[in-house]
Amino acid sequence: MLRILQFLYRIRAFIFFVFLEVLAMGLIVSNNSPQGAAFFNSSNQVVGDILKKQADVVQFFSLADANEALTQENAEMMKRLTLLQTKPDSIAIPLDSALSSNYQFRGARVIANSLRFSQNYLTLNKGAKHGIKPGMGVFNSDGAVGRVKSVSENYSVAFSVLNTGLMISSKIKSSDVLSSVQWDGNNSSEAKLLYVPRHVKTQAGDSVITSGFNAVFPEGILIGIITKVEPDTKDPNYLDLTVKLSTDFSKLTYVYLVENTKFNELDSLYSQSGMTNEY
Amino acid sequence: MNIRNLISYAFLVLILGLIQVFFLKNLALFGLAFGFLYVLGILILPTSIQTIPLMVIAFLLGLTVDVFYETIGMHAASATLLAFLRPAWLKVTSPSGGYEETEEPSLFELGPGRFISYSFPLIMVYSLVFFMADQWGTGGFFGVITKSILSSIFTTFLVILVQLLLFKRKRGI
Repeated sequence: MLRILQFLYRIRAFIFFVFLEVLAMGLIVSNNSPQGAAFFNSSNQVVGDILKKQADVVQFFSLADANEALTQENAEMMKRLTLLQTKPDSIAIPLDSALSSNYQFRGARVIANSLRFSQNYLTLNKGAKHGIKPGMGVFNSDGAVGRVKSVSENYSVAFSVLNTGLMISSKIKSSDVLSSVQWDGNNSSEAKLLYVPRHVKTQAGDSVITSGFNAVFPEGILIGIITKVEPDTKDPNYLDLTVKLSTDFSKLTYVYLVENTKFNELDSLYSQSGMTNEY
Repeated sequence: MNIRNLISYAFLVLILGLIQVFFLKNLALFGLAFGFLYVLGILILPTSIQTIPLMVIAFLLGLTVDVFYETIGMHAASATLLAFLRPAWLKVTSPSGGYEETEEPSLFELGPGRFISYSFPLIMVYSLVFFMADQWGTGGFFGVITKSILSSIFTTFLVILVQLLLFKRKRGI
C-alpha cells in the first residue's frame, strides 16, 4: 500500500497534468454544446466591458462607412414605405392574422469578432436586459450573420456563419430548392450549400436566401451567391455547391437581431408531433 | 523568486496579455500565422519552479486568454501541455553543467541559439495541440500542419523580439 502511495506521489505531476487536460477538454466540449458554459465566455461582464472599450476605439475609424451604409439602408426603407403608403382606392380591409408580423427586430453593435478559427463567434453589446434571447437570428443589411448562442445581462455571444457547427436552413431563390448553408472552415468569404439533389438545375450566380422554415430567420434574407457548381465526389446523390457569402465578416459593425414571436408556439407544436427542431 | 522578481513578472504577464488580447487576436499573417506571444510568460518562469505550480500558472493564463478568444479550453489545454513538457525539455537542452547559474531561461541568459532550440519545439507542440483542438472533427490535416509551423515561427519571432525590447541585457550579445 505504501509503495502504491509512494508511486502515486512520484507521478503526482503527471496525474495533475491529466486532471488539468481533462478539465480543459471538458470546457471545450461544453462550450461547443448549445447550452454552453455561460460564465467562461466573452458575454461575461468584465470581459464584455473590456472588449467594448476596445471596440469603441477601433470602430471610431469605421464610422464613416457605417454611416454611409445606414444612409443607403434608410433610402431603401423609404422607397418601400412609399409603396406601402399608397392611398386605398376602396374600403379598408382588416389585416388577416396570417399577415400580422411574426418577427421583432432589434439592433446591436459587434464588439468582438473572429474569422480565423473553425468555430468563430461574435460578441454583441446587447443582452438579456435589452430583450436578446438565445436562438435569435443575427443579420445585417448585406445578409445573414449568425445566431445568438448565450446571453448575459448586458452582452451576448452569437455563432457566426463562419462556425462549422452552425447550419442555416436556406433555399435557392430561383428554384425554391431547400438546402442548408454550412461553413467548411477554409475561406472566410465562402461556405458550402448542402443537400441539394443532383437533378436540380442551378448555376453560378443564383442567390441563396434563408428559407424561413427554421424559426430563426424570416424568409428571404440573403445569404450569398452560388459561385461554383460541381458534382459531389463523396455522395453522388448531391451537388457540391460553393456559395460566396454576401456579408463581409471582416467589417461587421452594426447588426440586427430578429426574434420569432411565435417561436414557443411552433416549438411546442413540433414537440407534440414528435419533431425535433434543429434550428 | 523574490518579491521584486514576482512584481516584474506580474507586470510582464499583464503586458503580454494585453498585447495578446487587443492586437494579436485580430492579426494572422497571410491568414495562417497566429501569434501566441503570451506563452513567453510560461517559458520565462525560473528553472527552479516545480511542475505543478508551473502547470497551474499555464492553465490559468491559457484560460484567461481563452475567455477573450471565445475558444474556451483550447489555449488552456495547449498551455498546460507546454508547461508539463517544459521541465523535461529544459533538462534535455541544458548544457552538461546544468542551470546552476541561470535563473530564468531567457534569451539573454541562454543565448540566441540555445533559446531557440529551447523555445521553438515547445511552441510548436503548443500550436499543434491548439490547431488540432480547433479543427477537431472538421478534417483538414494539412491545414493544421501549415498553421502550426507558420504560427510557431511567427510566435518564436515575437517572443525574441519582445525580449530584445523589454528585457535588461545581462551579458553582451
